[in-house]
Amino acid sequence: MWKTVAKHLLSRAAEARTADPAVVQSLREKVGASKLGRSLAIRHVSAGSCNACELELRATQNLVHDLTQYGLSFTPSPRHADILLVTGVSGKNMREALLQARAAMPEPALVVAVGDCAVDGGVFKGSPAICGGAGGVLPVDLMIAGCPPSPERIVLGLLALVEANGAPARAAMPRREPR
Amino acid sequence: MILLSHEDWKARQGRFIALWTDARHAYALYEPGELVAVELVDNAYPALTHAGAGWFQRLAYDLNGHKAIGATDTRPAIEHSRDAEGRGPWPEFKTPEIEGVHQVAVGPIHAGIIEPGHFRFSVVGEKVLKLEARLGYTHKGTLGMIRGKSPRLAARFAARVSGDATVAHSIAYARAAEVALRLEVPGRAVYLRAVMAELERLANHTSDIGAIAGDAGFAFLDSRFALARERICAASAAAFGHRLMMDVVIPGGVAGDIGTGGAVAILDALDALEAELPSLKRVFEDYASLQDRVVGTGIVPPALAAAYAAGGYAGRASGQTHDARLLPGYPPYETFALYVPVERDGDVAARIRIRLAEIPESIRLIRDMLHSLPDTPIAIAPPTGSGGGLGVAESFRGPVWYWLRIEGGVIADVFIADPSTLHWPLLEHAAATAILADFPLINKSINGSYSGVDL
Repeated sequence: MWKTVAKHLLSRAAEARTADPAVVQSLREKVGASKLGRSLAIRHVSAGSCNACELELRATQNLVHDLTQYGLSFTPSPRHADILLVTGVSGKNMREALLQARAAMPEPALVVAVGDCAVDGGVFKGSPAICGGAGGVLPVDLMIAGCPPSPERIVLGLLALVEANGAPARAAMPRREPR
Repeated sequence: MILLSHEDWKARQGRFIALWTDARHAYALYEPGELVAVELVDNAYPALTHAGAGWFQRLAYDLNGHKAIGATDTRPAIEHSRDAEGRGPWPEFKTPEIEGVHQVAVGPIHAGIIEPGHFRFSVVGEKVLKLEARLGYTHKGTLGMIRGKSPRLAARFAARVSGDATVAHSIAYARAAEVALRLEVPGRAVYLRAVMAELERLANHTSDIGAIAGDAGFAFLDSRFALARERICAASAAAFGHRLMMDVVIPGGVAGDIGTGGAVAILDALDALEAELPSLKRVFEDYASLQDRVVGTGIVPPALAAAYAAGGYAGRASGQTHDARLLPGYPPYETFALYVPVERDGDVAARIRIRLAEIPESIRLIRDMLHSLPDTPIAIAPPTGSGGGLGVAESFRGPVWYWLRIEGGVIADVFIADPSTLHWPLLEHAAATAILADFPLINKSINGSYSGVDL
């Protein structure tokens, strides 16, 4: 029994992740506060990715990274979304669909570019088939770089946006490592 | 490469893999790696009648303007005819002329966290009569970006053709460049590449099996398999510095040796997966509500899979025995007596069972390889040479082929054939045997790459 108890005590992870205060501060100056609360719904659009960013985006929802514990969730409809999360280059063939997804969202809304391609086109910068990154089509509020960014980095980036934009957090519940 | 007359080109039999064109020739690739060519006349070549040739011929026209004379399918592949604002006309989607039929349009933006593509279903009630996929949304001009770059620089594009198969694409690309430049890769690099390729297979098999179960409303399997994938990715990062092992495989070898503690991290992740796999497998096999969704759903008959030379689990679940690791074969697999599972049911369940059977085999391969890593350098610098070459690697979804022509140390021409190109038509067939609600399961069970075909 003691062995099991000890295992459970040791397997308890540190506190839930918190955003970097410096990033939060600079985001607050840039994006400013909106009437959105802390529980935000995300509509993901791949505008021309290689699917690596989608893999890591899906991994933010797994038992280890558990994005949902912070009140952030993915929604299938832009009508229900507070955040438009764009991955991949903005391919010319996706420009129209990306603009339509943004137009379908209620205001206020935030736009997050995830991955080097969405930040500025990444390795595909200069290709005639693309309009650059997400910024080539839409105004972007937050960029999360990386090729692809790790799930942890995506979570921290989104948390910083929540902190900068919304009311202060209540104390987070301690997290348990999945067994 | 064999240059054929127009008659011989058309009459050529065999398992067709890919077709592409350059300035002077059209090329066709057959298993297990036979390359034939025909000269272009007035920017045209005779169309091939192989089932899988359609998409390639459409792509060749969109990319290079080369016409396939006699082709029955001339729909655009990646060319959407869009204006500067990105607006373009919708193509006409033909519907079977049956009473009560209507169309359901899905995409390019899908409900989940996946790539973009448009699906047009013709349905009567719930029953799908026809599916037409319109792809090309993730077209990034990859082939054009590769041309004019050095082999080492262009490796970054090969690694981003399809992110879930980045290792396999990088290996196939590197092998093509190594054939072109007559490079002998050191043994340690060969082993490390294979370790990475098998890790990639495990990461994709676990997350996809879980995702299919998740689509059937079975969240338990989804979260357990997602955790298995997470452990593999974390171990890959510890060993190779990147969770998906992107940019680690380069022409001439690998970019870095396995990190300190990397092998232990990998072996631990494998142990955890191996320990849990039997119980997860039992859940998959025992729950009637889950089996009810996957058995008999989205059937690809063996004859159809053979016509499209389907590879990977999509082919092996439908009686196709081909695996590029065995035929044409490449090192180091000849040392490890590879076992390739094959079934004939061709439904979603069979594709899952194939992937479940491939997991222990990949675990065994990785363990054996890590225990017998040769003690050699990890890379040699590619010389500034000229030449042409084909390269192949078996990705988790089937063989990936690269064709390269290098002139004076710079890539003059390139073509990339992802197995998805041959699998998308299979999805169109399989979807038309089921109801609309089963489409997500069927789609995920075949899991074609959008980016891999839009190039």
